[in-house]
Amino acid sequence: MIPNKELQLPRSWWMPMACIVVGCAFLFGAMIGPAGPVWWRVPGELLDHLPWISVHSGASKLESTVLWQIRMPRVVLAGIVGAMLSLAGASFQGVFRNPLVDPYLLGVAGGAGLGATVVIVTGRAASSSWPIDPLPLAAFVGGLLAVLVTYTVGSAFGPSKTSSATLVLAGVAVTSLATALQTFMLQRNTDVVRQVYSWILGRLSTATWGDVRLVLPYVIISSGVLLWHRRLLDVLRVGDDEAQSLGARVTRIRLTVVIAATLGTAAVVSVSGLIGFVGIVVPHVVRLLAGSSYRRILPLTVLSGAAFLIIADIPGRILSDPAETPIGVVTAFLGAPFFIVVLRSRQGTSR
Amino acid sequence: MSSLSFIDVSVSYGRSVAVTSFNDTVHPGEWLCLIGPNGAGKSSLLRAAAGLVAYSGSVLVDGSPLNLRSARRRAALVAHVPQSPAMPDDMSAFEYVLLGRNPYVGYFGQETKQDRMMVQRVIERLDLQPFAMRPLGTLSGGERQRLVIARALAQEAPIMLLDEPTTALDIGHQQQALELVDSLRREHGFTVVSAMHDLTLAGLYSDRLALLHQGHCVASGPAQEVLKAETLSEFYGVSVSVHHEEDGTVVVVPRRTGPLA
Repeated sequence: MIPNKELQLPRSWWMPMACIVVGCAFLFGAMIGPAGPVWWRVPGELLDHLPWISVHSGASKLESTVLWQIRMPRVVLAGIVGAMLSLAGASFQGVFRNPLVDPYLLGVAGGAGLGATVVIVTGRAASSSWPIDPLPLAAFVGGLLAVLVTYTVGSAFGPSKTSSATLVLAGVAVTSLATALQTFMLQRNTDVVRQVYSWILGRLSTATWGDVRLVLPYVIISSGVLLWHRRLLDVLRVGDDEAQSLGARVTRIRLTVVIAATLGTAAVVSVSGLIGFVGIVVPHVVRLLAGSSYRRILPLTVLSGAAFLIIADIPGRILSDPAETPIGVVTAFLGAPFFIVVLRSRQGTSR
Repeated sequence: MSSLSFIDVSVSYGRSVAVTSFNDTVHPGEWLCLIGPNGAGKSSLLRAAAGLVAYSGSVLVDGSPLNLRSARRRAALVAHVPQSPAMPDDMSAFEYVLLGRNPYVGYFGQETKQDRMMVQRVIERLDLQPFAMRPLGTLSGGERQRLVIARALAQEAPIMLLDEPTTALDIGHQQQALELVDSLRREHGFTVVSAMHDLTLAGLYSDRLALLHQGHCVASGPAQEVLKAETLSEFYGVSVSVHHEEDGTVVVVPRRTGPLA
């Protein structure tokens, strides 16, 4: 696919535009929901919370609490999760030079799913008195362990430690193994299938500020490292050999990016469940609109990923009120047609 | 200006040996052309010098071993142009040439304004301005070849390794590309080592030829000495006639061995 020059806005326009989109998504996300203040009172209420600004929004105490303790953490968490998944997806696609790769591929998803299943099957009731919720912890550890196995297997049997194809294949094998174990456990404990399934489809409905605080350090470190590699991802686009002859240390770059993206993904997956499709569709849309240089793609995917997941989280709240439509279903339902439309429109203009 | 020496350089992939104890010193500003049949070890030798394959023996630049240097420092000394460079369709020509500046940018750094201006000068020098902002996928073979040379030039390395730089080009663009390398070499004093299949062009542009056969260097010297009908028939298994022009050019013409219709 070749980006069409005329359709590309000047480079300097993209970041401000993406910021505006995120801002709008954030406001919409805060305004819409089954309970809480009337939508037009939300901006005032939000402004009131800024330091040195006092606005009388007219919202009741209860409405204010709903907004601050239920809706806001959810919007913020959606933004963080969306940004992290998209950034990790774009980085993986860069480092493996494969447009179909995302962090789930090396086993994060399979491992985290297995970890969550183990906890749910062994009984959440037993652990309800624990000081920390074991579910996110198990998902986090499961995800990291799976990728560790993938990396060990991939580099032990691969022709060289830099071979990315071996690594991806090892990831597929590890994911299958984890999924098989998970299926086996569910088979024996059919009573928790529903619970596990709802985790797999992703959830943001129970988000609290605690979740946000839990993932934020990992997300900040991970995105910092990934964003700092944006120029090197451009160098890797010419292939391992040529990147190396240009003085890039390919193995080290790939390892660093994989570790950073995995850490961030495992962290967000542990609180949000497996929200699929974001890591592939958002970077691709950004690429189609803003060109293929990772220097531009990476910062833009952070913003558009956040906006995408905040918006994708809105229909879930109101469609089947009071029940929730799982976010993973909504991302695929919104994302897939949008992606097809973008692909089609680009096909018409390129070449 | 830098010299490049190979001392007992051997390259092997697992059990198959590609190059066996190659010894040679390419003097500053000299153009050495490696010739030999497919699989003779030409590319392996160039890849060893570029640090892309493991080798035994040593490769020295100005007398100091290349493998002791950091990846970036090595890239600042030796530029390698592969046989079929990977050129992402949607990367712009300018971005592509800018990659050549990688050895001079820190791990977490970005290219400076000087880097960009340097790339701009390289692009102007090679008359590439009309394509600078075009995606690589829209460029022709000749334009792409010039871009690859531009990237190597942006690398500012005193030694240039060219792996069959003209294979994909028609005769006009072959000449254009080689003339370009030759004029850059005279302008900047580059040391050039290239692998080439066209023996006439190899003899025409290089100062010296080295004939490789199954990993061994079997002949080395100026074109008049190396390009002999019997030598070529022995190592290439080819039937040729070799003509010497008045200006010293050696022309190698294949002969038809079957019956003429």
